[in-house]
Amino acid sequence: MTEVHPREILIATITRLLDGVRHVAVGASSPIPAAGAMLLRAMKKRAGAPPVRISILGSVEHNFFTNGSAELFDCAGQGRIDAFFLGGGQIDGQANINLVGVGDYPASTPRWPGSFGSAYLYFVVPRVILFREEHSPRVFVDKVDFISAPGTSAPGVHRTGGPVALLTGKALFSFDKTRPGFTLESLHPGHALEEVREATGFAFADPRDTGRTPAPDRETLALLRGQVMDELAETYPEFASQMRREVHA
Amino acid sequence: MDLRGMAARVEAGMQLALPVDYAGVSMAMTRALIERGAGDLDLFCVPTGGLQVDQLIGAGLVRSVETSAVSLGEAGGAPRFNQAVGEGRIVVRDATCPAIHAALMAAQKGNPFQPLRGLVGSDVLRFRPDWRMIDNPFAEDRDPIVLIPAARPDIAIFHAPMADRNGNVWIGRRRELAAMAYAAGQTLVTVERIIDENLLGSETSAAGTLPALYVTEIAVAPRGAWPYGLWGEYATDTAEILRYAKAARTAEGFATYMAQPAAGRAEEPAQ
Repeated sequence: MTEVHPREILIATITRLLDGVRHVAVGASSPIPAAGAMLLRAMKKRAGAPPVRISILGSVEHNFFTNGSAELFDCAGQGRIDAFFLGGGQIDGQANINLVGVGDYPASTPRWPGSFGSAYLYFVVPRVILFREEHSPRVFVDKVDFISAPGTSAPGVHRTGGPVALLTGKALFSFDKTRPGFTLESLHPGHALEEVREATGFAFADPRDTGRTPAPDRETLALLRGQVMDELAETYPEFASQMRREVHA
Repeated sequence: MDLRGMAARVEAGMQLALPVDYAGVSMAMTRALIERGAGDLDLFCVPTGGLQVDQLIGAGLVRSVETSAVSLGEAGGAPRFNQAVGEGRIVVRDATCPAIHAALMAAQKGNPFQPLRGLVGSDVLRFRPDWRMIDNPFAEDRDPIVLIPAARPDIAIFHAPMADRNGNVWIGRRRELAAMAYAAGQTLVTVERIIDENLLGSETSAAGTLPALYVTEIAVAPRGAWPYGLWGEYATDTAEILRYAKAARTAEGFATYMAQPAAGRAEEPAQ
């Protein structure tokens, strides 16, 4: 085996962040979150722990909804989805996310696709993991140009869910909704605190002696490179074969 | 019925309900609509839009789009949509997926609105003056909740695998297609084939059937979702969508692309 691929660290980190969930939903075009969820499912199964259910939108194999595209949201509203992933063209220090575009709405330039289900799911899924591989000042801004979904809500607003963590290509942050703000939890191998600070457009708490994001152990890595990549290839063939090429390079 | 005849039902200024890319998009109707040329259309995407929406915008037929997103999926942003938004040529009523479903659900029940959680404090809500926030009348303390008005599109258009000779349409588990049909004034459906067996004749097929009661017209269009896939039938032609995404970066490229015949679709059979 070659050394650990940076994306394998991201996948294993997602698996750790999902520990304890019964049902995780994954949006379309999200191979890394899907792999993290599949790795958790495989590890729980191996350990004889209660099963983890995964719903991948747009997949036939990993989707058991029968009531059309409304069912995911109904299911989340009922409290039956424990974790979900959201990204954003912009994410700010209060965990507000923007999936609509840059500049003055409505003439946003560039215009991005739109808010999808974020303006609802962010409120009702208990463990939302913000995931954005690109870690740059254009993504992590001081204040988003459009709030597709707010990171926190005023007291009295129905809010059973929200962000718990932000995972990027450089680091892992936790989110404290009481402050509100992000705290640096760990730096991925090969990345330094100064570099992360320069690439982040908002202020975050960084406790002394921030650790390294751990790499998966040998056994976990074998599971990820074998069974999980086989499962992932059904939904994300291109991603799975690219990972295999790079890991075996 | 043929595609041209169905497209003739669409008048300028109508609101059209169109499904998400994986549910059964009647791409066969896109060119018929462009040929028909009825403009000032208001599109209602259930709950997001893609290639069909982008092509109708590129053809200059669209006045507004109500949607939770418009994209070409793995092929990236929707080029004609993005340019039209940047130039202010179309109005976008940005929504969120469950709000679109809530609007259809209200219409399905004959109700004026449907309440929906979430949204409070978002710019999605701030830019939707047609949505209202009230306090939950059943709560003891203040409990703000958003009301989404019922959507009643003039025409719903989608593609499905099959219909029977009584006009019943097989929609399987794609229940949003039924929701669109319940809410819309007319429903136009293209199908891969017409079957002789009555879809309501067995409990197994009846459960996934939209009864003819909600269906206005049906036309046969083999591979009618292409280049999108159709569940249980054929896969998405990703290479073709990428080819479109590249071509449609400019208005000229879009026009050239649309002037070519739809290569991946079988010719419409004689009725």
